[in-house]
Amino acid sequence: MANLLGLEVKKVTETPPEEVERVQNWINSEEYKEKNFARQALVINPAHACQPLGAQLCAHGFEGTLPFVHGAQGCASYYRSTLNRHFREPAPAVSDSMTEDGAVFGGQNNLHEGLENAHALYKPKMIAVFTSCMPEVIGDDLTAFIKNAKQKSCIPKDLPVPYANTPSFNGTHIHGYDSMLYSILHTLTEGKQIEGRCTGKLNLIAGCDFNTGDYREYKRILKEFGIPYTLLADIGDTFESPCDGTYHIYAGGTKLEDAADSINGKATIAIGPYATPKTFGWIKEAYSGKHVTMPMPMGIEKTDAFIMKVAELFGKEVPASLKNERGRAVDAMTDSQQYMHGKKFAVYGDPDYLMGYVSFLLEMGARPYHILCSRGSKKAEKELQALLDGSMYGAGCKIHMNKDLWHLRSLVMTDPVDAIIGDTHGKFAARDAKVPLFRFGFPIFDRVNKHRYPLIGYQGVVNMVTEICNKFIDIKDETCEDRFFEMMR
Amino acid sequence: MSDKIRTVEGITKESTQAMIDDALSVYPEKARKKRTPHLAPNDAASGCASVKSNKKTVPGVMSARGCAYAGAKGVVWGPIRDMVHVSHGPVGCGWYSWGTRRNLMTGINGVTQFGMQFTSDFQEKDIVYGGDKKLKTLLHEAHDLFPLAKGISVLSECPVGLIGDDINSVTKTVSKELDIPIIPCNCEGFRGVSQSLGHHISNDSIRDYIIETREFAEPSTPYDIALIGDYNIGGDVWSAKSLLEEIGLNVKSVWTGDGELEKIAATHTVKLNLIHCYRSMNYMCKVMEEKYGIPWLEFNFFGPTKIRESLRAIAERFDDVIKEKVELAIAKYEPIMQAIIDEYKPRLDKKKVMLLVGGLRPRHTIGAYEDLGMDCVGAGYEFAHGDDYDRTAPEMPDATVVYDDPSEYEFEKFAHALKPDLIGSGIKEKYVFQKMGIPFRQMHSWDYSGPYHGYQGFEIFARDVDMAVNSPTWKLVKAPF
Repeated sequence: MANLLGLEVKKVTETPPEEVERVQNWINSEEYKEKNFARQALVINPAHACQPLGAQLCAHGFEGTLPFVHGAQGCASYYRSTLNRHFREPAPAVSDSMTEDGAVFGGQNNLHEGLENAHALYKPKMIAVFTSCMPEVIGDDLTAFIKNAKQKSCIPKDLPVPYANTPSFNGTHIHGYDSMLYSILHTLTEGKQIEGRCTGKLNLIAGCDFNTGDYREYKRILKEFGIPYTLLADIGDTFESPCDGTYHIYAGGTKLEDAADSINGKATIAIGPYATPKTFGWIKEAYSGKHVTMPMPMGIEKTDAFIMKVAELFGKEVPASLKNERGRAVDAMTDSQQYMHGKKFAVYGDPDYLMGYVSFLLEMGARPYHILCSRGSKKAEKELQALLDGSMYGAGCKIHMNKDLWHLRSLVMTDPVDAIIGDTHGKFAARDAKVPLFRFGFPIFDRVNKHRYPLIGYQGVVNMVTEICNKFIDIKDETCEDRFFEMMR
Repeated sequence: MSDKIRTVEGITKESTQAMIDDALSVYPEKARKKRTPHLAPNDAASGCASVKSNKKTVPGVMSARGCAYAGAKGVVWGPIRDMVHVSHGPVGCGWYSWGTRRNLMTGINGVTQFGMQFTSDFQEKDIVYGGDKKLKTLLHEAHDLFPLAKGISVLSECPVGLIGDDINSVTKTVSKELDIPIIPCNCEGFRGVSQSLGHHISNDSIRDYIIETREFAEPSTPYDIALIGDYNIGGDVWSAKSLLEEIGLNVKSVWTGDGELEKIAATHTVKLNLIHCYRSMNYMCKVMEEKYGIPWLEFNFFGPTKIRESLRAIAERFDDVIKEKVELAIAKYEPIMQAIIDEYKPRLDKKKVMLLVGGLRPRHTIGAYEDLGMDCVGAGYEFAHGDDYDRTAPEMPDATVVYDDPSEYEFEKFAHALKPDLIGSGIKEKYVFQKMGIPFRQMHSWDYSGPYHGYQGFEIFARDVDMAVNSPTWKLVKAPF
């Protein structure tokens, strides 16, 4: 029965301590780094998730919308719990629980039954369907399935049911976000374009951003401008809902009618070119008004660009309040730049976040020394390189595309840095390297309320400067000799 | 098993049934029919399950369940600390289950302990051309980079089974080449109805590939036991093991919390298997009983009442040496436990708790809540089977609601009706109920606390329950305006 591998039966052994010590030192070496970087097939500690997670995030950004996973149920539980842990908020979503028979007969029966039940129980205004591996491998035809569901009256004919193919064996969560957003907007705006109509509004897409504070910040900036807007895929209230004794399953999101009317907008800005290319490509063709895609406004320069673009699109002066805000952010930077100047950072994350971190660090005179992207394109690499080339602090900094956090560990152990910026998953590398990890991006499982503090805009600059500089000062206070422990820093 | 049937004031079979009927009223007919047998008032006297279980989840209802892969990677394999566990397939499954169960491990990360995320990160081409070649390469890479890993598990994700890869043949070949155990585990997420099948498949892989492949170097003693079905959540194993050692037993191996492959492989020579999580590991206990004649005993280390009962039941399996040590331990710890109860019980007496956890904890923790004076007014499991519900019936007060794989809709409805003072469930439920102003503790992960097992654990459990129920923050939920 046992030992199907036919291995020789041996005694239980303990690895000798000197062997443990040897390997412990070896994994920190140049030699190990080379071996580690020579990997062809094994991925260790990747800094990216799969497409459906991003699709679910996007779906939560619309009013009354129930995310619906067409596939095995475990997938939905994984996406939900990931969002629960990051936001410390509910993340209601259903699955149609496909099992073995789905592999044989396809998933149509599950989808139909699932849609009917989900609609009866959770009374959504929209059901956003996206796929996990199983239906993608067997090739389910969602177009036909959903059409049939409506014909069979599993759900009302007028219920919007956008759907996105989000195979997990292709791209990352940012691509799932893009596909879902495209599908939702495509579905909601169908037939809503009215010749000559202009809502007078700015349509803003925040990109695959998991920071609710950023969404609030965008709204505040536009309010300062006095510009009417529709923030599309607005997860701000969904994942920062009040605790007041009542649970609202749909706590926030863009109003469906506003999303539908967005096609008649005055202008559309899609933030995060790496998380919205498909959506933006379509918007350029389909939407009225002007269309712009822009990087996340992180750091002064990128925020300036965003503010000026908004002003330009609406023919408005930048309000004095925002000018003052900029001044305050720059004040925060000049007051504290000495604590960051010349410090080396390792940074990792999604391409859109990375552009922001790198831009901000260079503005502070810090060095984004190891830049690592778990899934990135040539285009992203070029853009990062251009940022580095534009500053003397970028000299000697290196970009590592399509590398994982075990590569990152080798980098920080052989060529040390002062700090790491990234999500919670980098905490092991940071601990081994004995440097702080600044938890920006997604997911953050081990600190509270980080998602409420914006990283974008001038306020985001103040937040980043404050967190980073104070940590370096803390370290000095905690580690300096008594005779150098002093009142002022 | 408790001797007398308990009741909760205000809860009758009729009131519970009315609450169930109300929750089901909104369901479409087919779904209502499917869900009805999974919800029922407890019949404490019968000692039998009052609900059906281990059936397919009804599509679209928002279940808390996971999949076979989750049961294999998260529960059984993941906690074995000295193996590399490869999530074979696309990147997501391994990423979501990376460090999210709190099965703590000793050792040096990346050197002797591998609580990391290893994946073949399948791309489109791997789906089209198959991933066997990639698997072969990555197994060699894993062995090269982690030479002290005692073995490798290959845990299949959905696509692997669908495209017809032969991981069993690849692992066999590479295992021979590298002379280390490489275990294939066909735990694709679409198999079965929940995590439970993943446990079973993993138990079978241990049976087929691991057990009997090692022998303990030291001579055996009459007190050699294995601790089965303890996953070291928040350090549970360390607490349980020290108590078992205190009563004179040799814990030769632990399945699988902070587990070591070679010791697991030599478990066939122990004298008794002590099983905590019956649901996930009863299979191997039965195999070891049949094949090696090793008896097994279920025990419960939550709360002083159950610990005392369990210690005495364990002592019955051994000689007077152990019996004496057990009585000494009980005498030593009970005054300490009483002091804890004296501190917390006045603040928790008659408070009501509802539970929805995996396959074991609802019935196992009821005693600990009762030690603190609390009543369990509803309990259910995500992935339990009939024998779990049989064991639950006598532990719960009569007529309280039993729910199997409840939808979030049902759970919310029951909570509205029963108005519990505490809910113990998972991360997906936590914030729903906290928004409603209901105190909550995650009972899968101990809410980033623990251990809860053993005498050490009860002190922490009591503190955590008290801080959840009596936190002053709950008084602020309703605005005065």
